[in-house]
Amino acid sequence: MADLSCNFAGVKSPNPFWLASAPPTDKQYNVERAFEAGWGGVVWKTLGEAGPPVVNVSSRYGAVDYNGQRMVGLNNIELITDRPLEVNLQEITAVKKAWPDRAMVVSLMVPCEESAWKNILQQVEQTGCDAVELNFGCPHGMSERGMGSAVGQVPKYIQMVAEWCKTHTYLPVFVKLTPNITDVRFAARAAHAGGADAVSLINTINSIVSVDLDQMAPQPTVAGKGTHGGYCGPAVKPIAMHMVADIARDEQTRGMPISGIGGISNWRDAAEFIALNCGSVQVCTAAMRFGFAIIDEMTNGLSNWMDSKGYRTLDDFRGQAVPNVTDWQYLDMNYKTIASIDPGKCIECGLCYVTCEDTSHQAISKTKTADGKRIYTVIDDECVGCNLCNLVCPVPECISMVEVDNGLPYMNWTQHPNNPMSNT
Amino acid sequence: MKPVHDIANGRLSTQQIQDNFSDLHPPLTDMQANAEAARCLFCHDAPCIEACPTEINIPGFIRRIAMGNATGAATEILSANIMGGTCANVCPVEELCELKCVMNTAEHKPITIGLLQRYATDHLFAQETQPFQRAADSGKRVAVVGAGPAGLACAHRLAMHGHHVDLFEARPKAGGLNEYGIAAYKMLDERAAKEVQFILDIGGITLHTGKALGVELKLAELRSEYDSVFLGLGHNAVNHLGLDGEDSPGLFNAVDYIEKIRQQDLTGLPVGRRVLVIGGGNTAIDIAVQSKKLGAESVTIVYRRGQQQMSATWHEQEIAQTNGVLINTWAQPIAIQHDDNGLTGITFEKTRLNDDGRLEGTGEQFELAADMAFKAIGQALDATAVGDELRDLNIQRGRIVIDDERRTSLPDVYAGGDCVAGTDLTVAAVQDGKLAAEAIHKGFSTEVQHG
Repeated sequence: MADLSCNFAGVKSPNPFWLASAPPTDKQYNVERAFEAGWGGVVWKTLGEAGPPVVNVSSRYGAVDYNGQRMVGLNNIELITDRPLEVNLQEITAVKKAWPDRAMVVSLMVPCEESAWKNILQQVEQTGCDAVELNFGCPHGMSERGMGSAVGQVPKYIQMVAEWCKTHTYLPVFVKLTPNITDVRFAARAAHAGGADAVSLINTINSIVSVDLDQMAPQPTVAGKGTHGGYCGPAVKPIAMHMVADIARDEQTRGMPISGIGGISNWRDAAEFIALNCGSVQVCTAAMRFGFAIIDEMTNGLSNWMDSKGYRTLDDFRGQAVPNVTDWQYLDMNYKTIASIDPGKCIECGLCYVTCEDTSHQAISKTKTADGKRIYTVIDDECVGCNLCNLVCPVPECISMVEVDNGLPYMNWTQHPNNPMSNT
Repeated sequence: MKPVHDIANGRLSTQQIQDNFSDLHPPLTDMQANAEAARCLFCHDAPCIEACPTEINIPGFIRRIAMGNATGAATEILSANIMGGTCANVCPVEELCELKCVMNTAEHKPITIGLLQRYATDHLFAQETQPFQRAADSGKRVAVVGAGPAGLACAHRLAMHGHHVDLFEARPKAGGLNEYGIAAYKMLDERAAKEVQFILDIGGITLHTGKALGVELKLAELRSEYDSVFLGLGHNAVNHLGLDGEDSPGLFNAVDYIEKIRQQDLTGLPVGRRVLVIGGGNTAIDIAVQSKKLGAESVTIVYRRGQQQMSATWHEQEIAQTNGVLINTWAQPIAIQHDDNGLTGITFEKTRLNDDGRLEGTGEQFELAADMAFKAIGQALDATAVGDELRDLNIQRGRIVIDDERRTSLPDVYAGGDCVAGTDLTVAAVQDGKLAAEAIHKGFSTEVQHG
């Protein structure tokens, strides 16, 4: 059976599944329930400075449902912890003591002053936690006060705060990055330059998830008004993986530990992030959707898949997909696939035909037999191998993309005669 | 043992009877409807549409339900089939749209199109709004004879196009078999009457009840008084066994009794302790199941061929069997047993197919005792029962002959529903009425252009 144990920038946990800094990790009660369920670690919900805590509003969450599926995307307008700092510190201490094998990372967000960071780091060290995560990502509320994504959007601030933290604590320092920027590599490079031990990404994405057409206001609606919130859940996973991959293959940040976050809901999502070089994965929405019991499927699924592939440890496949992420210009222009429809599996829904006919290349023909059976066939000469029919087909393995051996050698866009900048 | 002729009411408590005659399929909840609508693949050139005699845009209406637009879904349904509400309840969907649903192949479970159709139409009817508007008055007048599904559909479509319709019905109420012939547990709560009212509410239709062809109405007069005539006469006769004693008390025509069940207080309706039903169609199932629901101790359907040959669908047979009805096949009645007081039983002979594929008796006989028996061996149009009103029409095998546009051999007379050849389904009758109305309207439009 595969070994799921995880060592992320020196922080050890029995499995790579951590709960992200968010409502599920706000209290001892929740975190102990998570550990009882089997979660490998938590990033405790973001602590702020001592003094009067922040105040949260009601309601706090909005969601995108799709075709009967609840919460394909979730957004929130909740702030950092609204409980007193001392209470949180006491509880973190107690939990770490009771669960020493689990990763205990504490998320932090204080004003952009060295003394404020120094001060809180000293207090957090007393809890016995394993690492700190700097919340430079929260896109609402705190950013308006000069914290969260207001820091994460300015690389020199990221570097500056990371340097302060590395100066004032022995704990590993993780920097949590915001996706609300044009190119995440600048933020990651700044964290790296500031000495950060790892990056965590993505934090939530600026969003309005829906407009209540009766109230004529965004949701979640607070007394008739709404505001942008942070978007997360399965819908954001592709955006997160792109950013993770960019950091994993960037010359300056290559090899830097990455804790992957963004819509991870099951073992397969986790495996994909790990294949893009993540050392641990953080989960929130899936737990908020189903409760902590989903950890069972995640660890079991990952373990079984690793066994089936012969991977003994996470390191055996970590980062293996990174070399295969490239720039468009290096893709092989001479590689050709065409669709093939298995008539034995076809259920005659016609979706491949109509979507190709309406929106693609008119490369599928339709015929009807005398007894009314519909037969869909790919017109090989018209098919560009776009994959749309394969994606819309509801039947597994009914449509496959078949490689055509055209005898042509590898040729990328930089070599292509149609490219005015071609070097050949 | 009780004496023979045990026919009585009150075999069950009022509450039990009420429960027995409650909805066959309870309506979908919002949650069910959303989940079911989400299963629909939105097929292109969908096989379900092809299987619907009225060509309802099924994926289209289901997508409207999925997107929270049940009103739009109902409008889509009713614009193709104005009796989409009834059809949602009575259509043999297992042999039509649901049979052709691609999800049969994918999951061995079709989309429950009938229940979704009911969900949408119930939603619209609950709002009591009228989605269709009548066009400006064309000045044309059409006589529609028979206010069953065919006549009502024809009248509605003609009214939509702005023509005036005089709708004649022999019975006291409009609705035809929807009102008088559908098993009570399939159509509850005055649903048929409400649907008739919904259809009439478009305006431009004047309903005249108690007007029968050959009695108050003469075809020749209608043809001279109106610009066009539509005949939706239905059936007016039932088939007979041709055996001695067929008029014995205790032996009934199933359709007559089904009508009583629909029109009378069920607790006052007598039913036999041991009931026999002769026939293999949906009417046989309806009367058998309802006899059981009224409290009959044993109900047996006897059909002269096998279960495969029964015109009752597998779903209908299943309803019978789950209601405790026995289905006895390959036996035909050869003698009615009766005493001075009435029916005591029926003697059957076992049957088989001979080498030519024809049905023949095997000679082996058996007798089933019964307090009550129903004949459900088919209905017919008896042209002679309406005097010589239909003499100018081409009638073959007891059905008025029509062309694709539902025109009879007389150019200004159209016909549809059970009085023409076909499947005798409500949905087919609606399509006949609709197509006839479109043909009549097209004829009027051509006249105007040429005029």
